Amino acid sequence: MDWYPLWNSLRIAGIACVIVFFAGICAAYYTAGLPRVIKGVLDAVLTLPMVLPPTVCGYFLLLIFGGNRPLGRLLQSVGIQFVMRWYGGILAAAVVAFPLMYRTARGAFEGFDVNLAHAGRTLGLSDTYIFWRIRMPACRQGILAGMVLSFARALGEYGATSMLIGYTPGRTATISTTVYQLWRINDEHGAAIWVLVNMMISTVILLVVNLLERKRR
Amino acid sequence: MGLIVDIKKKLENFELKVAFNTAGRVLGLLGASGCGKSMTLRCIAGVEKPDEGKIILNDRVLFDSAANICLSPQERKVGYLFQDYALFPNMTVKQNIICGAKNEKKAEEYIKRYALNGLEKHYPSQLSGGQKQRTALARMLAAEPDAILLDEPFTALDNSLKARLERELMKMMEEYDGPVVFVSHDRNESYRLTDIIAVMENGHISDISEKHELFRAPRTLAATLLTGCKNISRVKRLPDGKYEATDWGIILPAPLNTGDCDYHYAGFRAHDLIPVLQPENAEVREGLLRCELVREIEDTFSIVIHFHNKGCDGKTEYSLITYETGKKDWDELREICKDGKLSFEIPDKSLIWMES
Repeated sequence: MDWYPLWNSLRIAGIACVIVFFAGICAAYYTAGLPRVIKGVLDAVLTLPMVLPPTVCGYFLLLIFGGNRPLGRLLQSVGIQFVMRWYGGILAAAVVAFPLMYRTARGAFEGFDVNLAHAGRTLGLSDTYIFWRIRMPACRQGILAGMVLSFARALGEYGATSMLIGYTPGRTATISTTVYQLWRINDEHGAAIWVLVNMMISTVILLVVNLLERKRR
Repeated sequence: MGLIVDIKKKLENFELKVAFNTAGRVLGLLGASGCGKSMTLRCIAGVEKPDEGKIILNDRVLFDSAANICLSPQERKVGYLFQDYALFPNMTVKQNIICGAKNEKKAEEYIKRYALNGLEKHYPSQLSGGQKQRTALARMLAAEPDAILLDEPFTALDNSLKARLERELMKMMEEYDGPVVFVSHDRNESYRLTDIIAVMENGHISDISEKHELFRAPRTLAATLLTGCKNISRVKRLPDGKYEATDWGIILPAPLNTGDCDYHYAGFRAHDLIPVLQPENAEVREGLLRCELVREIEDTFSIVIHFHNKGCDGKTEYSLITYETGKKDWDELREICKDGKLSFEIPDKSLIWMES
């Protein structure tokens, strides 16, 4: 049995999750301070990947990073090619999982008592210190929940991933693309194994989320 | 020296327009909730930016819109005590204090000074109300602020704890020599803790004076109400200089030291009335309130009488007059009142005159 899809899925989801963590909290932090109208528009744009079919996201990614597109060509000249490479999966997963992190982080930040930040500033603490040592710990539960959700979403990504990196056994195959390919070639047994693996991971993730939510209360 | 504030800021419902100078050390901002008191403090601390104006602390310019100066809260060195203390929940008492002190040695000194020994490793959620306040005070003072802002520190506390925390705060304010601004909606609290009181109403200061002066002779209706005056009537000036109190239905003598003022309201405090025995058929003396009892309310240590002047039954909502006295005193007056022979005199000196 070739375990490559499991390893590939985990690294794609793991790295995507780290990227989404920083991108999500940055976006959540900066949009919170914007005027209402701009915030509304930006919020819609940043949430779009969550409501669009993942294949549409994949379509846009190909439109931007395709080999015959300006940006794609530019990246290729420095040796980076997202199309048909395993790390292209990170891009696909990150784009689709981003809104989940962004929205949960925003919810957590909105619940943050601004007086804590005000108090820190009047005490002479730097804004960076306040962000990482006061705001983030206070919003810890929400942000952790957001990360777990993003990780789960990234792990289960199929649409955008198959559009961008396709399915090459041992190179770009992930769990979800493998399930589809095995089913397509009538390998029901093989598909079932990957389905079980996927279900086990998802169950664990949901248990973790529930645990975090209970702690929050 | 002191804190000089002169700022304007457009808010959703009104314009904040505040100017004061804390030369007399402890200044109280007294006003109903939502009148802009806390916003004023936030502007001084620098976490909110006024639209225009100046804030000067001990000759140091913190904010000056004309010169385009706006120091960050970190640079201002202004201590801020929040209503709920805003202790960092993820840090221990000691870590919280280090945030202000910046080094361990100084933090330990303040832990000792505020009797927090043994609680260093506790988290804010494990502290009692008093310990929380001491931690917040220690954290604020360890940063050695040039001025201190106190934002309704005792709201949402029960009475016995309130009295104890007030004493601790008083002690701190005695030891601290720098400008202090104390925000509150409680007149008694403000009276006990401050030297000068500024009455705030819809974003502006309607009256500012030394506290004894303010409580003796408030100059505006808002200030009078805030100082706890329960009896107020609209007044109309008569040709002979006397005033007709339209809500009470009596004539008031000309104000004692009147200038060219034209007063619109008069008031007196509930305990200032003097009961007078008057036979039913005697001639009605000018300025005498003939008591028609509406209700008696028994308070913890006193009794509150609601009545109106004879003939003013339900005339206006201000017609109801409140008289407060000791329970024993009322026991003696009750029978006289029943016979309809009780009247009240308002001493000239007790009358509060308001222009607006």
